[in-house]
Amino acid sequence: MSSLLGGLPQGNKEIKSLKAFSTAAERFEGAHVLCPGCAHSIIVREVLNATNDNLVVGASTGCLEVCTAIYPHTSWDCSWIHIGFENSSTAIAGAERANMALRRKGRIDPNTPEPKFVAFGGDGATYDIGFQWLSGCFERGHNMMYVCLDNEVYANTGGQRSSSTPIGASATTTPAGSHSYGEKQNKKDMIAIMAAHGSPYVAQVAPNKWKDMVKKIQKGFDANGPVYINAMSACTTEWKFPIHQTIEVSDMATDSLVFPLYEIIDGKELNITYRPKNIVPVRDYLGVQPRFKHLFKPENEYLIQEWQTRVDAQWEYLQRREEAKV
Amino acid sequence: MAREKAKRGKVSMYRNKRQMELNSVEVWDGNFANSHALRQASVDVVSAYPITPSTGTVEGYAAHNANGYVDGEMIMTESEHAAMSGCIGASAAGARAATATSSQGLALMVETLYQASGMRLPIVLCMINRALAAPLNVNGDHSDMYLANQSGWISIDACTPEESYDLVLCAFRIGEHLDVRLPVIVNQDGFLTSHKAQNVRPLSDDQAYDFVGDYKEVNSMLNFDKPVTHGVQTESDWHFEHKAKQNAAMMASPKVIEEVFEEYAKISGRKYNMIETYKTEDADIIIVCLGTTYQTAQVAADKMREEGVKAGVLMPRVFRPTQLDMLAEKLKGAKAVVCMDRSAPGGQTGLLYQDVAAALFNTSARPLLSNIVYGLGGRDINIENLKSIYTHAKAEVDAGKLDGAIQRFVGVRGPELKYYSVEG
Repeated sequence: MSSLLGGLPQGNKEIKSLKAFSTAAERFEGAHVLCPGCAHSIIVREVLNATNDNLVVGASTGCLEVCTAIYPHTSWDCSWIHIGFENSSTAIAGAERANMALRRKGRIDPNTPEPKFVAFGGDGATYDIGFQWLSGCFERGHNMMYVCLDNEVYANTGGQRSSSTPIGASATTTPAGSHSYGEKQNKKDMIAIMAAHGSPYVAQVAPNKWKDMVKKIQKGFDANGPVYINAMSACTTEWKFPIHQTIEVSDMATDSLVFPLYEIIDGKELNITYRPKNIVPVRDYLGVQPRFKHLFKPENEYLIQEWQTRVDAQWEYLQRREEAKV
Repeated sequence: MAREKAKRGKVSMYRNKRQMELNSVEVWDGNFANSHALRQASVDVVSAYPITPSTGTVEGYAAHNANGYVDGEMIMTESEHAAMSGCIGASAAGARAATATSSQGLALMVETLYQASGMRLPIVLCMINRALAAPLNVNGDHSDMYLANQSGWISIDACTPEESYDLVLCAFRIGEHLDVRLPVIVNQDGFLTSHKAQNVRPLSDDQAYDFVGDYKEVNSMLNFDKPVTHGVQTESDWHFEHKAKQNAAMMASPKVIEEVFEEYAKISGRKYNMIETYKTEDADIIIVCLGTTYQTAQVAADKMREEGVKAGVLMPRVFRPTQLDMLAEKLKGAKAVVCMDRSAPGGQTGLLYQDVAAALFNTSARPLLSNIVYGLGGRDINIENLKSIYTHAKAEVDAGKLDGAIQRFVGVRGPELKYYSVEG
């Protein structure tokens, strides 16, 4: 990692402080039209700023795409492609194989540093419509990172449920009403599914835990093969919290263990990377998001208790997996 | 299969790739001919998914790859949609990209067809024409070709394995030309062409690559000196201008296509034309058709001429973009023009009929213009069938009017099916 490009050392960036991290080598510009308080932009900057390497970035149709590449403008100071809703993974896989071919043929000097290939997709693009494409890319073993911006809802189109939407959330296609408590299905365990593909590195990250996140992104960039990152992305518009509370809500998500932070290496070794000092009750996490306000009606309160039980069981499971090292 | 004699140790223009010594005449089916054209064009990324009857194109290429004759990458995806998505990603990254498909595969790909053309990526698609379900059917008709009709891809039609080989090589030159920069489909009939081994006179590997030439990268994602954003969002403010510019490139492409055909003729001795004709100059009755029917109709036309009927045949070699002026020029002297569409019309006239009607409407030529729907799902069309179509048209010419309707279904069991009744 000694060669130079644009005056910057190649490879993972040395992260000294949040301020230096957040301002260095910006390749995702602030000039975009994401909602104020949107966690997507924080996550994207944390991913891109974790490396000095050249980047080929893909995005699925969704908030990130429609808010950052509106002709004749672009927020991306790196190679970037959007094709459709379901295929950002395969677009990047195609570019990754093009890179292999062109280096073999000598059209790209094989001695120049390898770029990093990163695809972003929302949870709709990842858990639902793009699931097959993502699975295909991971089975074929492309050298790429896929980052799911998981805000648990089709936010770009106004808040429809996805298979990441948690049970009890009110979404426009599964609204809470006099006869319904909202979404009926449990959230799909995408991390386990991607780990089961034999991926060398799978992790859940949250932008509020930026040191943990950068470390994982850099581990992912160092891994050889397809890497899956599930990034919790608090959505001010659809989770319906005030725009200045993104980080506070994110803190409650990680500290309540609704979004536990962990990694799975080679589909087997599981490490918990963040243990909250004071675990926040799930009830408090739900309480700050009006998408769950109907759960606090007496007839729905049992759902909050059930949720706490699920989170406790998941935390227990993760700890046992970690201890077992298998 | 071709006898492949490797020249061991000979290094081609690219590293790691063996050249293949070919006989002056090989016996290849349409799929295998395609696979050699892709190999000789030194495609950087083939991203594909198997489907009958186009699988052979991909299998042939995979065999060349397995034996060291390919220096590019192959991505065997999990669906046709992903196959084209991979082509788009590779092409945007500065690679020559190609794939093959048929029928349902094309249907699954449709979303990405529009994305590829809208992003101005010169991908080449070898299409082996097959009927669209339901009912499920693996045999040839042109419903997949017609489905791609407005996708913004240049669409060229081949009748034989040799023609498909030639036209796939030409397709790279056409699509990658900087005045065009559009994706290109090369069609051939499922089974009738794709699976029938026939004589092919291939170019040598060197000749073929010299003709196709090095890929000219435009806005490559792997050029990090100039980061490019591909596949942007436009709404009512810019979308129209983008599509208008894309269509302008399509409309300007015939000039390039003719130049490429001209140059190819010089090295191969085989000259292709925007519109192919057989004995149309003095013809009273002209059949307009696509694919292998063009060949059968030529035999039928000769037989009709023996019977004193001046018969001719016309095939739009380049199906899209449509050449209205050329069509009108070739058809203006005819007394009857029979447009034969091998695709279920879906409650309208066939696309060839619509093209020809549009071509003639603003001219003074007023031949009797009829539409035949035939051959769906691979239903055979033979010389006798085509002779009877000529004979029917001759009777209409003698009567001075159509036989009661514009559209007829030919070769289908059950009651006679005629639509769009006309008096004169």
